[in-house]
Parts: sequence; structure tokens; C-alpha cells
Amino acid sequence: MITIEHLTKSYRKFKALDDINLSFERGQAISLLGPNGSGKTTLIKSILGLVIPESGTIKIAGREIKTDWEYRSQIGYMPQIGRYPENMTIGQVIKMLKEIRKDCTHYDEELIELFNLPAQQNKTMRSLSGGTRQKVSACLAFLFSPDIFIMDEPTAGLDPVSSEILKEKIAKECANGKLILITSHVLSDLDEIASHVVYLQDGKLKLYNTIDELKFLTGEEKLNKVIASIMKNEPPKKLLTV
Amino acid sequence: MRTIIKYVLLDLIKNKTVLVYTFILAALSVSVLATGSNTSKGLLSLLNITLLFVPIISMLFATIYFFNSVEFIELLLAQPIKRKTMLLAEYSGVAFALSIAYLIGVGIPLCIFSYDIASLTLILSGLLLTLIFSALALVIFVLFRDKTKGIGAAIITALFFTLLFDGLLLSFIFSFSDYPIDKPLLGLISLNPVDLARILVLLKLDVAVMMGYSGALFKKFMGSATGSIYTICCMSFWVIIPLLMSAKVFKRKDL
Repeated sequence: MITIEHLTKSYRKFKALDDINLSFERGQAISLLGPNGSGKTTLIKSILGLVIPESGTIKIAGREIKTDWEYRSQIGYMPQIGRYPENMTIGQVIKMLKEIRKDCTHYDEELIELFNLPAQQNKTMRSLSGGTRQKVSACLAFLFSPDIFIMDEPTAGLDPVSSEILKEKIAKECANGKLILITSHVLSDLDEIASHVVYLQDGKLKLYNTIDELKFLTGEEKLNKVIASIMKNEPPKKLLTV
Repeated sequence: MRTIIKYVLLDLIKNKTVLVYTFILAALSVSVLATGSNTSKGLLSLLNITLLFVPIISMLFATIYFFNSVEFIELLLAQPIKRKTMLLAEYSGVAFALSIAYLIGVGIPLCIFSYDIASLTLILSGLLLTLIFSALALVIFVLFRDKTKGIGAAIITALFFTLLFDGLLLSFIFSFSDYPIDKPLLGLISLNPVDLARILVLLKLDVAVMMGYSGALFKKFMGSATGSIYTICCMSFWVIIPLLMSAKVFKRKDL
């Protein structure tokens, strides 16, 4: 579904991404991990075409994304910080995106109902709490039932109930054969969802394995312990199956 | 594109800054036009208000608005939308909202109190200034990553065109006064949209004293009609070139 080859991006002297090679398939739920500044967001934004890579190629469904922009209709993106025009209401924001995406006629409004957004759709974006904005962002990502979901810290700022709702929704879409790409610092969140782990450090790909492989190799059961043991020791070379 | 413009406008109509801007312009125009007996004098005061306020407010407001919508632009660019379309839609929304504010604040009082060709020219020049300085704000937005630096650049640019440029022009005239500098001067004036706006209105007002050196030159060399056409053309370029430039830079910008 997504193939990344030799992706490199640097900001002045700082290398945000250094020769990344990855390939993701349908039905995978990939958790993108790494310390702050390791290039997670840059990688996500490169896939979305928001960051222009220096070299390397990204292919989505076999087509290179460089000059293309229509491929983005296959992606649902939930940003880390969702900020919207202040005086727009929730209802207007959702309506606007529907109007922009004329190509899509069938909407997946399950999450909107579950988060009970229709009840507060006349509230302006300015008056919303950070968590409610997150909910709006999540709803927008799912609205057009895309094939690929890219979520940057989806559960940060959500209350436990909403976070649970969102996770269930993600798991459901994953079971439907969609590709899911998540970054999160709350590792226990990803425990139930993720099938693969991508670990980045200083812009370099350190490992890309399935969770089961990792659990087996590190001898730990919980994802956070697995990651902790990886972070402590340099990952053994045999783990790399890129 | 139309959808984005529509929603940016919906957002801006409720924006307090735009409302206050409209209200202040309206209050100034009504007080200037309604109290004086001489409409030509009132028009001149309004011209000065326009030349001072419109560039600075348009520039600052547009810059701040663009920088505040970075995340929103990001979100929309994650949708299947061309970057150029997105940027131009965002610009059109802001420029349109500010133009409406100017039309209501200055246009309507002018049409009520002194409806003639000079007033219409003043409205036109105010609108063009709004478009020009919003376009310059767009250039600043695509060139700078940091909001604070961007706003600083916006203030400097606005002050440069409204205040500093004339000073430089004067010193240029002063130091080269022994040479025939009429023609180069004409060219230099085209580099400042605020001067162009001033000349555009003064050509219609027929107040030779107020036109200053540059205005007199314009009249002498081009006559009223050609002068007006030339200034309008130059001002249109001041809108188009920054827009093209920012679209080009934005294409390669990392968000």
C-alpha cells in the first residue's frame, strides 16, 4: 500500500529522516515510535505531501506521490494539534470538508455519533476544549472512510472513555483491512491495536518488526517493557528485517 | 476553491478585528465628510487616512490570520486539494473580507456624502491597496516559518512603503537635483504602491499643490488619463506578482 524508498529529509544541517526504507500493507496497524525529534512527524508529513522530501520516493498504491495530489483522497489524517478557524462551528467544519470532498458521497459518521458531537455542533471552535477539538479531528479523519489512516498522537488529550471509543474504532477499521499508522507516546494505548512497530531514532530506522517478534526476542510481554528494553540496548542487528 | 473561500469568509465576518476595523473606518469617514463644508478637503483627509491605515491594517491582519491558520491549512492540504488552490483561496477569503470592510467603512459614506469620480477613484485605490498588502502578507507568510518573525517583517514592510520610501525618494531627489531625474523618478514611484494610490486619486482631484513633485511629474508626462491607466496597471502588477511568487514558494514549502 505504502512503499517508501531511500527517503531523506534534512532541515539545514539537521537530518530529520535519513535513508528510510519501509513498506506497509493493508490490514497492518503500525505504531510509529521514537523519542522526541526522531522524525516521526516528518515521516508522516512526507507521506501526506506536507513535507517535500529531499531525495527518495514514496509510492502509495503503486503511484509515486511527488506530483500527484489526488492520492490524498485515500488518506484520513488526524493531526497532533487540530486548530480550526476560530469562529466556525463544529457543524460548519464538518460541512465544509464534505463540500470539499465532493468525490465522496458515503460518509462514515459513526464516530460523530459516538462522541455525541451533534449535540454541540453550534459551538464555535474557539470555545472548544483541547479534547473536543481532538474529537473533531478524529471524526474528520474517519469521515470519508479512506484506505489509510494516519494519526499523530490520537489519544493525547482525550478522556479515558473517548479514548476507548477511538481505539475501538481504529481496531474495527484495521480488521476491515485498512492500513493504520499511529504515533503515540502512550504505549499502553498501542498495545491492543498495533500489529507492527517502527522505531525511529535520530531520523534513522532502527527496527521494523511485528509485535509478536519483538515480544519473543526481548522476552517481555507488555509493549512498553518491550520498547524500554529496546531503548536501553541498541537493537540487535538480526532484528532488522527491512 | 469556492468552498474554502466561502468558509474563510464566514469565519472572518464574525471576526472582531474586522468589525472594529470597519467601524473605525466608518466613524472616520462620516466625521470627516459630514462636518466639513468642503468635500474636496474631506476627500483629501480620507485619502490620507486610507494611505496610512489600509496598508498597515491589511498587512498586519492578513499576516496574523495566515499564520494562525497554519494548522488549518495543513489539515486541508491533507485532503485532495492542490497547494496553489488552497493558498489562493485563503488569500481571496482574507482579501475579500478586508475589501468588504473598506467598502462599508469608506465606500458607503463616500457614496452618500460626495458621489463623484474622485470619490470612486479613492474607493478603487483603497481596494487595490487592500489587495496589494494582503498579497504581500501572503509572501511573508510563505517565506517565514516563525510567526513572530513574520509579523515583524510585516510591520517593517508596511512602514517601509507608507513612511520610509518617501523619505528615501526625497533624499534621492535632493542629492540628484542637478541632473534630469524626472524619468527615473517615475520609475521609482512605480515601486511603491502607496505612492501609486496617492497619485491615482490626486490626478482626479486637481489639487496641484497637494500633488507634490511626483504627482506633477505624472501629470506632465502622461496627462490625467494615461497616468491613471498606468497607475492602475502598476498596482495590478503589485497584486499579481506577489501572488505568483508566493504560490511558487509555497509549492516547495514544508509545513
